[in-house]
Amino acid sequence: MKKFINTPATYLMDSLNGFAAAHADLVTLHLEPLVLTRRERQSKVALISGGGSGHEPLHAGFIGHGMLDAACPGQVFTSPTPDQMIAAAELVDTGAGVLFIVKNYSGDKMNFEMAAEMLSTSNATVIINDDVAVENSSFTTGRRGVAGTVIVEKIVGALAETGANLEDCRLMAEHVNSRLASMGVALKSCIVPAAGTPTFNLPDDEIEIGVGIHGEPGRRRSPMASASSIVAELLGAILADLKPEAGVEVLLLVNGLGATPVSELYLLFNDARCQLEQRGLRVSRSLVGNYTTALEMAGASITLCLLSKELTALWDAPVHTAALRWGV
Amino acid sequence: MNGKSVMECVDAAHAVIEQHRDEIAQLDQAIGDGDHVFNLLRGLEALIELRPQIEGLEFQPALSLSASKLLSTIGGSSGPLLASLLMGMAKTPAPELNSSSLAAMFKSGVAMMAARGKAGVGEKTMLDVLIPVSETFEELTSTHVSSDQLLSAIKTRAEDGMLATREMIATKGRASFLGERAVGHIDPGARSSQLIITAICDLVAGRHESRASDALEYAGRGA
Repeated sequence: MKKFINTPATYLMDSLNGFAAAHADLVTLHLEPLVLTRRERQSKVALISGGGSGHEPLHAGFIGHGMLDAACPGQVFTSPTPDQMIAAAELVDTGAGVLFIVKNYSGDKMNFEMAAEMLSTSNATVIINDDVAVENSSFTTGRRGVAGTVIVEKIVGALAETGANLEDCRLMAEHVNSRLASMGVALKSCIVPAAGTPTFNLPDDEIEIGVGIHGEPGRRRSPMASASSIVAELLGAILADLKPEAGVEVLLLVNGLGATPVSELYLLFNDARCQLEQRGLRVSRSLVGNYTTALEMAGASITLCLLSKELTALWDAPVHTAALRWGV
Repeated sequence: MNGKSVMECVDAAHAVIEQHRDEIAQLDQAIGDGDHVFNLLRGLEALIELRPQIEGLEFQPALSLSASKLLSTIGGSSGPLLASLLMGMAKTPAPELNSSSLAAMFKSGVAMMAARGKAGVGEKTMLDVLIPVSETFEELTSTHVSSDQLLSAIKTRAEDGMLATREMIATKGRASFLGERAVGHIDPGARSSQLIITAICDLVAGRHESRASDALEYAGRGA
């Protein structure tokens, strides 16, 4: 294992201390339990997210004006604990209630569920499940929550800034989630620091289509192919799920999983945009970069969000966080 | 029985999981994300740091304190699930401590865990070990078997439950994303549960057999 670490045990704290110091104007780091909160407090519904670490900048990188009020980082790829979520809620609630934004994994759901049961302030939870690589069924945990979470946090964050109440924020989060679909592909595994070995082994000439953001296997392994044919497969699955009407405007997010050069992400964006336009969809908003990573996994994911006038306006609203910043 | 007995079980669990660390990590990397054994060890180590407080308590308050500590330390799925198991045991009315009240405690602890995880037998999880074990424990304490027979029946049931997960399709947790691809792999949570139960049975029986030889065998079969 070759990584910039001191010891696997101090990996998370060393990184969080760096993050908090680098963005001291935006966030405050609280210890025991571990919570990051927004520096500037405002009377509004508070948005709290959290999840395993290793997906940076998700979630702490999205704390700030127009997005999250707090984030609870777990150990690498491990859900945070209820005491973190309760502490976060108590730190950022201004009386308008808190909305927990939770990615659809058993551990995240159970820990947030226990926190919600123990919490005395008014709260609601939304579960994000945008990954179409996994078939949804009542017999499984269901679709995973992946990079589309960033879009939910941005749009609902903008709505909360307008003074919308907790129920409206929850409904908006559900609404955005229902208009989102994502799928990823891996070229190379990541290495969890505590494990020290690759999570999976992928031969040099093969790719994992539909990979999860923890290195979970996806739909199938296939031989390495051209960027445009990989994009076609991802978009095929996404469009089969969203079934957009021709002429609709979409937000296209090309997300890097950690070790893929930004130039390749733009190359994927170019292919994806052309293919979408050929199908009569208009890419009116875009985001390209590393926003929901899987440590040093090489690969990328594509997310589409069907827009409306309202969603576009909320997407365009000012945001000031470590990882997204515009209009300010 | 008191907080000291709880810590003896924690020590036995920690030793056996540490001994099988690589094997459980391998099972988890095959169908999960590889964090189960590290989460479990982090939780057990947190309980070991809390030794003076836990040892100073009666049996059920010691379980209750351990549950809270696990909940705030482990995270993932194991945190809420193991905390529910111990909390359920701590909350079961038990005027006196004997094998039938212990069996009743264990049964309601497992029920609380199953409710939290919304899972039952046959879903390729630790419940495939814990539910059958709680049934055997309850059945045999109401009959007149010797304690040796009871412990050995529990160990057999735990092993059968663990091995049965190999042919299952997971419907809960991260392995559920794999569908058919998880078949052929033993569930890491079922394996860690079986190891801990066996270690506690051996502790109770005063036997400290080394089961290290099983480790590579199961990992090999799972691959």
